[in-house]
Amino acid sequence: MEQDVPRAHHDLGGVAKYMCEPADIAPHTLSDFDKEVDALRQVLGLKNIMTVDELRRGIEAIPEADYHRLTYYQRWIRSITATLLRKGLITEAELAAALERA
Amino acid sequence: MNLLALDDDRLLGALRLLLAEKNLASPAEVAERLAITEQGSPAQGARMVAKAWTDPAFRAAMLEDGTRAAESQGIVMRGAPPLGVLENTPALHHLVVCTLCSCYPRAVLGYPPFWYKSAGYRARAVRDPRGLIAEWGTVLPEGVKIRVVDSTADYRWMVLPLRPAGTEGWSEDALAALVHEGDMVGVTVPRAAAPAA
Amino acid sequence: MGFAPGAAVRVKNDWPETRGPCHIRTPHYLRGRAGTVQRALGAFPNPEDLAFARPAPLRALYHVRFDQPAVWQQGKPGDELMVEIFEHWLEPA
Repeated sequence: MEQDVPRAHHDLGGVAKYMCEPADIAPHTLSDFDKEVDALRQVLGLKNIMTVDELRRGIEAIPEADYHRLTYYQRWIRSITATLLRKGLITEAELAAALERA
Repeated sequence: MNLLALDDDRLLGALRLLLAEKNLASPAEVAERLAITEQGSPAQGARMVAKAWTDPAFRAAMLEDGTRAAESQGIVMRGAPPLGVLENTPALHHLVVCTLCSCYPRAVLGYPPFWYKSAGYRARAVRDPRGLIAEWGTVLPEGVKIRVVDSTADYRWMVLPLRPAGTEGWSEDALAALVHEGDMVGVTVPRAAAPAA
Repeated sequence: MGFAPGAAVRVKNDWPETRGPCHIRTPHYLRGRAGTVQRALGAFPNPEDLAFARPAPLRALYHVRFDQPAVWQQGKPGDELMVEIFEHWLEPA
């Protein structure tokens, strides 16, 4: 039935192609990268630099194939970066230079 | 610039430099937040559940206002979304999901587990909840209705599970040790002893 | 407006996804579905505005129950869904 509705690709409730996907119930530990991205987003939220809804909007804007290929926090850091760029808080030139130094 | 193609660690390193230089987020602020976040764990929620099982006044307060009840137990809720508590009964079992992203009551349960964030869990919970929880070995007794709570907005939801039979007179600490992450999401239920193999 | 517990409501059969960039918190599978208000949850800044860094007026949020098998034409009779829905997505049923 969902073929008939123009749902966004992150809007996953009941989507037929995942109905047979087994739950991966094994424990997975977060990496240092994951935890730092998570904490960074919280700091940006607490300082009113970006809202959680801006984070979500940026995640939802990731094309479907990439959305499912990227890990959870790989999506987050790309949404954070896109949001900071869009708001002019950082520029592409600054980011390019920082990537060289990082 | 194609953000999708960038190396993750370099991108994080670049943001770390830029945000510090612009006084938007310092490494110390990020480290402090990380430390606070790591204090959240299922043990916090389990303590609340055990107290609710033994203290009717706390149970009522927890169902009325989860945030205030958590704060009364020393759990830091400042800045966290409001906490709602879903009470399982002998006739009603709750299962929590976020089909749109991964909303989770982190202050009382910690980071969401991997499965909670997966496409399969998010898709299946609202459409085939009984088939989904069966993967954890959870089969509800006949006559128990399931209510799937899709966490779509500003609340965060935890399940108050049923106290297992055979735990009469147990201490709060002993009861809390029975309560696990999945019990407070609804994929499992607490048991007083491991089922016979 | 405002809905009391027990009020019969319907989720608007609206698809902003087809009209351009948006961020909405009403799942696709509930559009056009009839449900019952469980209770009011308070008022929160509209996430559809927050996502675009626009001024976000407060909107009432409701916990709404739906018959689960009716949504999917499968499942166990009596099972339910309960979902947070903002008032601007609800109309009286």
